[in-house]
Amino acid sequence: MREAWGDVMSVFTLTADEREWTLAPRLAELTERHRHACPPYGRILAAIGSHGPYERVADLPWLPVRMFKTHELRSVPKEEVFRVLTSSGTTGQRPSRVHLDRDAAAAQPRMLAATLREVLGERRLPMLIVDTRSVVRATTLSARGAGVLGMMNLGRDHTFVLDDGGEADVASVRAFLARHGDRPFLIFGFTYMVWLHLRELGLDLSHGVLIHSGGWKKLADQAVDAAEFRKRLANQCGLTRIHDFYGMVEQIGTIFLEGPEGDGLYCPDFADVVIRDPETWEEAPPGVPGLIEVVSTLPTSYPGHVLLTEDLGVVHGVDDGVWPGKRFSVLGRLPRAEARGCSDTMGAPRGGFPKACERGDVADGTAAA
Amino acid sequence: MGHLDRLRGVFRAALSLPDGADVDALEYRAIPQWDSLAHMALVAAIEDEFDIMLETDEIIDMSSFAQAARLLEKHGAGAAF
Repeated sequence: MREAWGDVMSVFTLTADEREWTLAPRLAELTERHRHACPPYGRILAAIGSHGPYERVADLPWLPVRMFKTHELRSVPKEEVFRVLTSSGTTGQRPSRVHLDRDAAAAQPRMLAATLREVLGERRLPMLIVDTRSVVRATTLSARGAGVLGMMNLGRDHTFVLDDGGEADVASVRAFLARHGDRPFLIFGFTYMVWLHLRELGLDLSHGVLIHSGGWKKLADQAVDAAEFRKRLANQCGLTRIHDFYGMVEQIGTIFLEGPEGDGLYCPDFADVVIRDPETWEEAPPGVPGLIEVVSTLPTSYPGHVLLTEDLGVVHGVDDGVWPGKRFSVLGRLPRAEARGCSDTMGAPRGGFPKACERGDVADGTAAA
Repeated sequence: MGHLDRLRGVFRAALSLPDGADVDALEYRAIPQWDSLAHMALVAAIEDEFDIMLETDEIIDMSSFAQAARLLEKHGAGAAF
C-alpha cells in the first residue's frame, strides 16, 4: 500500500457511502485474517457465532477495547513483533498491550502524519510542546510521553513550554516566538495541560495551530466544552486554529480530527465510527448518543480493526461538514452507574457491559462455546 | 571530509556512541541508544550539519544509517559536499 501514501493526498475525501464501499470489504478481509491468525480472537468469533459474509461496516463483529488489557491479541508470530505498545492503565488496572510488526509499526506514524497534514500543511512546522522535556526522557515512557514523541515527527525546533518543575518557561516561549511567531507554527499538548498552562502565558500565539487530545483527566471538574475552550483560547492567546483529536493506543495511527470550525470530529478515509445503542447494540441515528465503535484498516498485526470503546459519543451529521463523512463528538466515559456485571470475572475494577463480559469469559476459555 | 564521514560523526555524537564506533550497519531501535527521542536529536543534528530540512515521511522512513545516507544524497548533500 505504499503508493497510497503519496505526499499530497488528502485523507479526508470519502463520503459516507464511498467510505462504506471502500472499508466494508477491507475490514471483512481483516476480520478473516485475524480470525485465522489470532486464536483467542477466533475463539471469540466462534463463541458469538459471528461469520461472514459481512456486507456492511456495522455488520462486523466488534471487540471490546478492554480485551487488550486482559489478553495477548496478536496476529503475527512472536518473532515478528517489532514493538509492543502499552496504554496508561489507571491504578490497579492492567495496561493494554498492542503488538505491532514492522509493517504496522511503519504505517502508523505515516498515517498519523497524513491525517494531520490536512491542517498543518506539507512542511514540518516549528513546534511548541505544552509539557515538560522530562516527559519524553523518562526511562519508562508514559503514554503521555509516547504521545508527545509521536507528534514530534511533525515538528522541528521542538520547544517545551514547561520547565522540569512543571512551571511555564516564559523566556523559552518568548524566544521561540521571536524566531517563529510571525508564521504558522505547531502547538501540541494534552487538553488539560493546554488549558492549565497556555492561557496563563499572556503571549500572542495567533499564528499557532493547536493540536490537542486526551481530554481532561484529573481536571474533569474544570472541563469546558469545545466552544468555550476555543473561545477562551482565542480571547487569551489569539489562537483561532484549534483541532482536538480522538484516538487510542489500541488503534494507533488512527485519529479522528476536529474540523476547523469546531463542529465535531471527522474520520480519515481509512477509518469510521459507528455509534451503538448500548441496549439494542443497533447503530444509533445522528443525534442519538451511544457507545463509540471505531473501525480502521491500520491494525493488520492485531485484531484492533473493529473496536467497541467505553466512550459515549454522538454523530452530529453525515456529509454536511467541511470534510465528507460523519462528524461526531465524544461525550465522555460510559458512566460507572451503567457498568454492571463483569468486573470480578474480568479482573478489572471498572465494570463492563454484558456483551463484553460474555466475550471476555469466552476468550479466557472459561465459558462454554 | 566526505559527507558520509560527516554523517558517521553526526550519528556517533547524536547517539552518544564512542569515537570510531562502526555505525554503517546501524538500524533504528536495534541498539538502546537509538530510540524515538534520540531519533529526534539525530534528525536535528543531520539538518544542522548539512543545512537541509527533512520531511515528516523522510524522518519516519529513516530507519538505518544506510537510509540516512540515501536521504542526504536525495537532498543533494552527496553532490554538494
